[in-house]
Amino acid sequence: MTSAAASRHWPAEGLTRVPYWLYADGDIYEQEQARIFRGPTWNFLCLEAELTKPGSYRRSSLGAMPVVVTRDQDGALHAFENRCAHRGSLLVLDERGEARDIICVYHNWSYDLAGNLTGVAFRKGLGGKGGMPADCRPEAHGPRKLKLTTLAGLVFGTLAPDAPPLERYLGAEIVARIRRVMRAPVKLLGDYSQTLPSNWKLYMENVKDTYHASLLHTFFTTFRLNRLSQKGGVVVSDCGGHHVSYSLAADTGGREYEQAGMRAAQEGFGLEAPELLEAVDEFGDGIGLQILSVFPTFVLQQTRNSLAVRRLVPQGLDRTELVWTCFGFEGDDDAMTERRLRQANLIGPAGYISMEDGAAPGFVQRATATADDLVSVVEMGGGSTASADNRVTEAAVRGFWKAYRGYMGI
Amino acid sequence: MTIELRLRIQDLNARYAQAIDDNKLEAWPDFFTENGRYRITTAENFERGLPLGMIHATSRAMLRDRVRSLRDANVYEAQRYRHLLGAPLVTPGAEGMVEAQTSFMVARVMHSGEIMLFATGRYHDRIVLDGGEARFAEKLVILDSRLIDTLLAIPL
Repeated sequence: MTSAAASRHWPAEGLTRVPYWLYADGDIYEQEQARIFRGPTWNFLCLEAELTKPGSYRRSSLGAMPVVVTRDQDGALHAFENRCAHRGSLLVLDERGEARDIICVYHNWSYDLAGNLTGVAFRKGLGGKGGMPADCRPEAHGPRKLKLTTLAGLVFGTLAPDAPPLERYLGAEIVARIRRVMRAPVKLLGDYSQTLPSNWKLYMENVKDTYHASLLHTFFTTFRLNRLSQKGGVVVSDCGGHHVSYSLAADTGGREYEQAGMRAAQEGFGLEAPELLEAVDEFGDGIGLQILSVFPTFVLQQTRNSLAVRRLVPQGLDRTELVWTCFGFEGDDDAMTERRLRQANLIGPAGYISMEDGAAPGFVQRATATADDLVSVVEMGGGSTASADNRVTEAAVRGFWKAYRGYMGI
Repeated sequence: MTIELRLRIQDLNARYAQAIDDNKLEAWPDFFTENGRYRITTAENFERGLPLGMIHATSRAMLRDRVRSLRDANVYEAQRYRHLLGAPLVTPGAEGMVEAQTSFMVARVMHSGEIMLFATGRYHDRIVLDGGEARFAEKLVILDSRLIDTLLAIPL
């Protein structure tokens, strides 16, 4: 345990209290990079559908570490650090593209698509002068390579040789819920990003917080997309770090909100163009909403027929990029694609039900910057991290911290 | 293209931006035809031929719904925009319509006074000149950057 973790103590109450210094301590941020992102966790890198052609590449990240994912000429996927063995320059500058090999722009050192150093410019000098000593082994300083596993079209990577196999890391229940959504070959619809003015953990807490959904997002409740009275629940993996929250598409007609006189319930508020929400039960199980997260920073989202993967890139203590990639399936007809595009109005930075999620973590970041020695109260549903058949609980948030503390040793 | 036509497009653009910047969002849908399309996408998606938008509306009614949601349902900090528009590049389009491409820059001013360059990009517009009134049959907003700071509430 290093000094920062040693000098920081978790409150005696355990997982029901979360200290605010977690979002404001630079040493903690650095340790997260080493122990979590570069540690024995599996991190989502991209969709396989983003790398269909042999010789294609895509930039991604492992926490804050820049990564390149490639598909070689034989069709095999690789991922490695986007850093040249020589002076540490970025190797790949474009977001995506195609290449026979990877050549560092700085001094033209070259790599194959698996990240192996294959060429050093002027290694033997020029005209018998200069060059690199024969015993120098620059290959030993090459970019770090990730171990990859694909699951139903999702590409996950880890730097840790001792990471458990992906399916064991996730657990059978999470794997089944991933396969439920990733039911066919993926067709990309597009992507976009948001800069979140907050620590990455605040966004992940928001994702796992089933309690806030119908209270912060009043569009959701007003149109009966998601009320806590709707049938649904939350699944928390045994390790705590992964979760699924879900609800059925049909409303039970409960009036808990109206009776409580809450902001969310505005009688008579109807859509002039209700086709926005027109959906089909493509999964055949009546589940209208499924939000799934994998520790540390992956989200798979099904909001009716709007499907997306989300990936977080920490960019400092109080800045995080949130990358959205929306997709359908190759078998979709035009009407289905249009339906997915229309329902994408619900998500993303301008999403009827997700725009607030870009801001709310920032509200916490700003308010707690001067409350370093204070804690948040995470006690809805008690203190457990167990799965529940309702969503008026913060079990998945506590689960996140359970896993986090394990990796961080705090 | 006559000078008069260019001036009409410029006037349409100016009134459109003013309605948004002056917080007269209820007037915003009326700049579109009944089945007018309004989409916000990124240059990356546009160039890759990918159809995803941050906003994807296919009728004036959908735009009115968005205004009502912004007024009554969505939660966001008080903010305003200032649009700066370039000169429209006007060309004849199909079915008697006019096509116009216009660059824009939008500054976002928060209640705190914080001001930032929020968005740059171009409008690809198809405009119907219906009697005296010019309206958008389609307005495609192509953002130069894929990144939105925090959220996009007020339309561009």
